[in-house]
Amino acid sequence: MGSITLEKVSKSFGTTSVIPEIDLEIHDGEFVVFVGPSGCGKSTLLRMIAGLEDLSGGRIIIDGKDMSSEAPAKRGLSMVFQSYALYPHMTVYGNIAFPLKMDGQEKSVIDKKVKDAAHILNLTNYLERRPGQLSGGQRQRVAIGRAIVRQPKAFLFDEPLSNLDAALRGNMRLEISDLHHQLKTTMIYVTHDQVEAMTMADKIVVLNAGRIEQVGSPMELYRNPKNVFVAGFIGSPRMNLIEGAEAAKHKVTTLGVRPEHIRISTTDGEWKGKVGVTEHLGSDTFIHTQIDGIGQVTVRTDGDFDTRHGQPIFLTPDPARLHRFGADGQVI
Amino acid sequence: MARSTTTRSKIIFTVIGWTIGFLIFFPILWTFLTSFKSEGTAIATPPQFLFFDWTLENYHEVQSRSDYFKHFTNSVVISVGSTLIGLALAIPAAWAMAFSPTKRTKDILMWMLSTKMMPAVGVLVPLYLIFRDWGLLDTRLGLVAVLTMINLPIIVWMLYTYFKEIPGEILEAARMDGASLMKEIVYVLTPMAVPGIASTMLLNIILAWNEAFWTLNLTAANAAPLTAFIASYSSPEGLFWAKLSAASTMAIAPILIMGWFSQKQLVRGLTFGAVK
Repeated sequence: MGSITLEKVSKSFGTTSVIPEIDLEIHDGEFVVFVGPSGCGKSTLLRMIAGLEDLSGGRIIIDGKDMSSEAPAKRGLSMVFQSYALYPHMTVYGNIAFPLKMDGQEKSVIDKKVKDAAHILNLTNYLERRPGQLSGGQRQRVAIGRAIVRQPKAFLFDEPLSNLDAALRGNMRLEISDLHHQLKTTMIYVTHDQVEAMTMADKIVVLNAGRIEQVGSPMELYRNPKNVFVAGFIGSPRMNLIEGAEAAKHKVTTLGVRPEHIRISTTDGEWKGKVGVTEHLGSDTFIHTQIDGIGQVTVRTDGDFDTRHGQPIFLTPDPARLHRFGADGQVI
Repeated sequence: MARSTTTRSKIIFTVIGWTIGFLIFFPILWTFLTSFKSEGTAIATPPQFLFFDWTLENYHEVQSRSDYFKHFTNSVVISVGSTLIGLALAIPAAWAMAFSPTKRTKDILMWMLSTKMMPAVGVLVPLYLIFRDWGLLDTRLGLVAVLTMINLPIIVWMLYTYFKEIPGEILEAARMDGASLMKEIVYVLTPMAVPGIASTMLLNIILAWNEAFWTLNLTAANAAPLTAFIASYSSPEGLFWAKLSAASTMAIAPILIMGWFSQKQLVRGLTFGAVK
């Protein structure tokens, strides 16, 4: 079991309020991702759930029990840190065994659990090494191993992949998702990378300035963003947010259209403009255009589309996939 | 052109470096050489550097006149004892300051250091009276206590800087893993800080070993360490340079040897954190 409920949880440092008041329900076995720009309070919120940060108000309920003022270890949660936070003076074996040792478990039990975890994470050949002798990805796996052996109610991940290079990040993303399918344990994962959020989450919580902007499945957030912030944050390249005369034509303050929902043509279309910078990704091409009376609009098209800088271009947004936002930034 | 300039400046800096090193080391070398001269040769002008009649007479005489091993034992007990007690007090203090600081932590650190700025003689009379009334004069216990207190600010400061280098996340990980405060300090913090603790310990033993003001003023015979042993040779009957040198050599030899073997550790400790 691993359901976590946040009730009116708030945090302030001195007079500065970092998290005003948050209510959130996390069901057993869910993979929940907290995503938001840096400084939005997502890590603080995770640390509050872990017990590493005191609450200024509200309650944290884990499996029906109020754990708001329990010590971190008593909450039955495991955490994987951004810097891995391995014990540098212990071997991989020592690192993974540490929580079991603190729990006072028997040597034979510890040995079996450590070896099982090492097997799951492909660390069997590295058990006698120290963290300093491992690569970034291996260190991350040791950190995950240390989290697994405790058989926690939930795993907490604090930006665990941000120290890895792009290729490794992709692999570890898959490994963590795979692990979630194997263990079926609740996972809360903090990241500023919306790609990680979209690819891994059952449920995404978008945070901004300590407030929850929207909670939903990745596709829900992609299709129906509730406000301008979520619309701009979820999706890559980000949604074109158009204001001014063009928005007024649709009787809204902000008109949103995703780069993949715009048809591009060299001969005819609704909006006329010029090609700016083109980014060729092979499979896709991102074209940044300058449209008369609107400004910069990014378009995503297939990889073979060929353009020159300054070439005249025509764009037509898909009318069924326009996002309309009012003066308060909320969807209409 | 550029290369020849580099080579030349390398030679110049090497020569300067060795010269300064030799100048610093010279007093110790001269003391060592003088300890093998006769009293007459020791004060001869011009001074004789290497070509004199080497003799061990001074060492024989010093050994017969005073009990070197009693002073040596006192020095060991006082310097090691005060260092160990100091560490036991300073590790928790530095832990609290480094990992759970308050707005006043910096002030407390400065205040602790400020006690080192006061001339020791300023508190000699009150401390002497306290020692007299409590029966601590000329006891090892008294000296251990006073040296612990005198060096505590330095121990706390050094440990504080080492502990600051340890990422807080590792200690948080230990807390998540179920380590109590005590276990966190014993299993995680202390092993990680061993290099820092070791160099603090070494430096503090050296400081305590060489401390002369309190050891001379608060002891007479029983608890007198090697500093008092040296001082006994600068006597009113006139200075005996050769014997004084022999006594000094015997007094500094143990700490010099210890410093030589642990120099790598010491240098690492003194420059810790200077370069990432």
